[in-house]
Amino acid sequence: MADQPVRHAVIIGGNRIPFARSNTAYVNVSNQDMFTAALEGLVARFGLQGQRIGAVSGGAVLKHSKDFNLMRECVLGSSLDAATPAYDVQMACATGMEAIGSLANKIKLGQLDSAIGGGVDTTSDAPIVVSEPLRAILLELSRARSTKAKLSALAKIRPAHLAPSAPGTGEPRTGMSMGEHQAITTHAWGITREAQDELALASHKNLAAAYDRGFFDDLITAFNGLAKDNNLRADSSMDKLAKLKPAFGKSLGEQATMTAANSTPLTDGASAVLLGSEAYAQENDLPMLANFVDFEAAAVDFVHGSEGLLMAPAYATARLLKRNNLSFEDFDFFEIHEAFAGTVLATLKAWESEEFCREKLGLDEPLGTVDRAKLNVNGSSLAAGHPFAATGGRLIASTAKMLHEKGSGRALISVCAAGGQGVVAILEARK
Amino acid sequence: MADKYLELVNSGMTKKLAKLLGLPRPPRLRRYGVDTPLLPGPVLVLGTSARAQELSDVMVSWGLDVRRHDAGQSKLGGLVLLLDELSHPEQLSALMLATGAALRKLVPGARVVSVSKPALANDEPAVAAVRQGIDGAMRSLGREMRGGATANGIVLAGDTSIVSPSALGALRFFFSGRSAYVDGQFLTVRTEAGELPDDFRAPLAGKVAVVTGAARGIGAEIARTLARDGAKVVLVDMPQAGDALAKVANQVGGTTLQLDVTAKDAGARIMDHALTRHGSLDLVVHNAGITRDKLLANMDAARWDSVIAVNIASQLRMNEVFLAAKLPGLRVVSLASTSGIAGNRGQTNYAASKGGVIGMVRASAALFAESGGSITAVAPGFIETEMTAKIPLGTRTVARLVLPSLMQGGLPVDVAEAIGFLGSDAAAGLNGQTLRVCGQSLVGA
Repeated sequence: MADQPVRHAVIIGGNRIPFARSNTAYVNVSNQDMFTAALEGLVARFGLQGQRIGAVSGGAVLKHSKDFNLMRECVLGSSLDAATPAYDVQMACATGMEAIGSLANKIKLGQLDSAIGGGVDTTSDAPIVVSEPLRAILLELSRARSTKAKLSALAKIRPAHLAPSAPGTGEPRTGMSMGEHQAITTHAWGITREAQDELALASHKNLAAAYDRGFFDDLITAFNGLAKDNNLRADSSMDKLAKLKPAFGKSLGEQATMTAANSTPLTDGASAVLLGSEAYAQENDLPMLANFVDFEAAAVDFVHGSEGLLMAPAYATARLLKRNNLSFEDFDFFEIHEAFAGTVLATLKAWESEEFCREKLGLDEPLGTVDRAKLNVNGSSLAAGHPFAATGGRLIASTAKMLHEKGSGRALISVCAAGGQGVVAILEARK
Repeated sequence: MADKYLELVNSGMTKKLAKLLGLPRPPRLRRYGVDTPLLPGPVLVLGTSARAQELSDVMVSWGLDVRRHDAGQSKLGGLVLLLDELSHPEQLSALMLATGAALRKLVPGARVVSVSKPALANDEPAVAAVRQGIDGAMRSLGREMRGGATANGIVLAGDTSIVSPSALGALRFFFSGRSAYVDGQFLTVRTEAGELPDDFRAPLAGKVAVVTGAARGIGAEIARTLARDGAKVVLVDMPQAGDALAKVANQVGGTTLQLDVTAKDAGARIMDHALTRHGSLDLVVHNAGITRDKLLANMDAARWDSVIAVNIASQLRMNEVFLAAKLPGLRVVSLASTSGIAGNRGQTNYAASKGGVIGMVRASAALFAESGGSITAVAPGFIETEMTAKIPLGTRTVARLVLPSLMQGGLPVDVAEAIGFLGSDAAAGLNGQTLRVCGQSLVGA
């Protein structure tokens, strides 16, 4: 292994199921069902039946403890060789990015020849947690030996204990939802309602156009009666968006700008990406869409207010560009995950800000302006939806295809995540 | 979906009851399995032909027990009638009566195959009369066969003989369970083209086949059948059918290609996928099709146009792309329908598209032959699918029991087997034809 040259990690292709708004098309479907479906579509697209893949890695943000081996269980339920190892990864909304990036590294090092990375999430079939007092009583019950001890444990249960704790996207350390956090950042950066609505509208229009030209024909496999992302509103308009009432930051009163339309809805879905070495792709007559060049994670201290919850990608990007000796001019596509329109716009503004880039990123000059014509050109999460761990796989597969279609250039992918984290990656077209 | 009636009248108490009441009892058909024998008993060859001995030798090499003379009471699995040297209707008598005597010895699932020559306009009138007469006699014999036995014919055109590759290919097809639902039909051997497979268990070994509309029904069965016969299968269907398509692909070890066959670039994308991912394109099965039934008086443009677009226009456009690429030895098999032959109430649009397929195939034969390829079609009759399960029970029962000689609907696999054969190199000499897989339905007879 020593002195082995670093190889290219190649993105061969991807597959996802259509994303569905929470409690709609995938109500009775589990994380395992969805990721297995994404995996099976990928296997079918690339003829991987019976093949031993080097590793399958991915995860879910909202995951039941019984799903401790979620990826492995999905592999066992798939048409892949059962000798394919699999493991779970979890990094909030950056789960897919981290899983795929790490697999790419292993391919580069020669540890893996082929790999599948991705993620899945459901808020329709999310695990519900019992209250803390009830949990303590149930554990006591399980330890009790005698009937008397068992009865005495059961007798402690009170009606109030039975209220379940539903899953939320609240930050444990602040108790605030992600939207409320973003509302602070959006306001701090002076992002207007109109700018956010414009970004949301562009997302829907771009996604609809991509569907119309068949862009997703080899990226999506229908599932459970759904063939398209059902959050997509092709007929949306600025007028319609303007009518919505604010959903977050209501304490800002007149200055509240974030609505249900310029924020991503809770979504169910799964995605998977096939990667390999050049030799693996060639030996199996598989396409090579793009190289996975590099990726970088960052985290910010949002707890004490020094930075906005979802601003970490701004930092990760600065470090990633420096390491790769690249600037914004070197990129043809910018895929910035639309957790909220405000997140994307605040990040763009931060990169344009001399003060932010100097003070926070330690740069001599701003990173610069992102050409809007290169931003999320086939739509992003505001239109497609955002099943947390599945978003990374959606972005990487679609972006790799965009680079392949263009035949040249680079793409920057940025995903923010709960906990003040973020992961960004560089893909490059195959020469 | 399964034909419950067929099960009832063929098993246990209900079988006895059906016999007692004189109810029609559709037979269980002898279908193909990789390890099933070619014929269920010895084969008797009646009549004379220049190359009869060679034919017997080939059949012996296939492991058949070949009889040249009717030897007493032994049961027969097959009957070959060599009628290609007859020159006057009066000569038919001896052979047909000998055939009649042998019929009683046929076991269930037996096969009668005639070998004759085409009746042409420039033949001597008596010659044309006997040749056309054979057509009528064999189709009538088909209607008299019992126990799932069938009667079909091979017509030797031009200079072909019974030992031409596609004559032997057709003979094996008619003998085997692959032709279970083919009855009263003729295949014409037009050229010496084609070759028999090295391994009859895997006649499509090493071939790359594309099946459109492969997500369900007949298309899915075609994919399974071609894969069983050794082909690497590319499964094509609309993105909306993607999950079902992936399931079939993963069953057969194929790859999926989601596209709308009416897209302008469908042919190019199919070719690109097959060539880059699998190295060649040897067989295309144009199976994708839709119905939008309506009496013509109530027909609208959307119904008419979509049926034409999917069922025939898309095939014409894709074929142009394949022809331009001059893919060596490319075989194309299209799905026609007996509706396109006999017509069907409420299906003017569908019948136009399916009749169109038959015309397209006939007119494209020479074009495909230029690169060593061929194009043929299969016209299914009543096939038990999700689509036909929606037909009202009474109509469905009539379609199953009354119309076809075999007194039942066919299965998707029956269509798939015919396609597998027509798409194989053994069928190259049958270029341009449409084979009916209809259980000899009265419809379009």
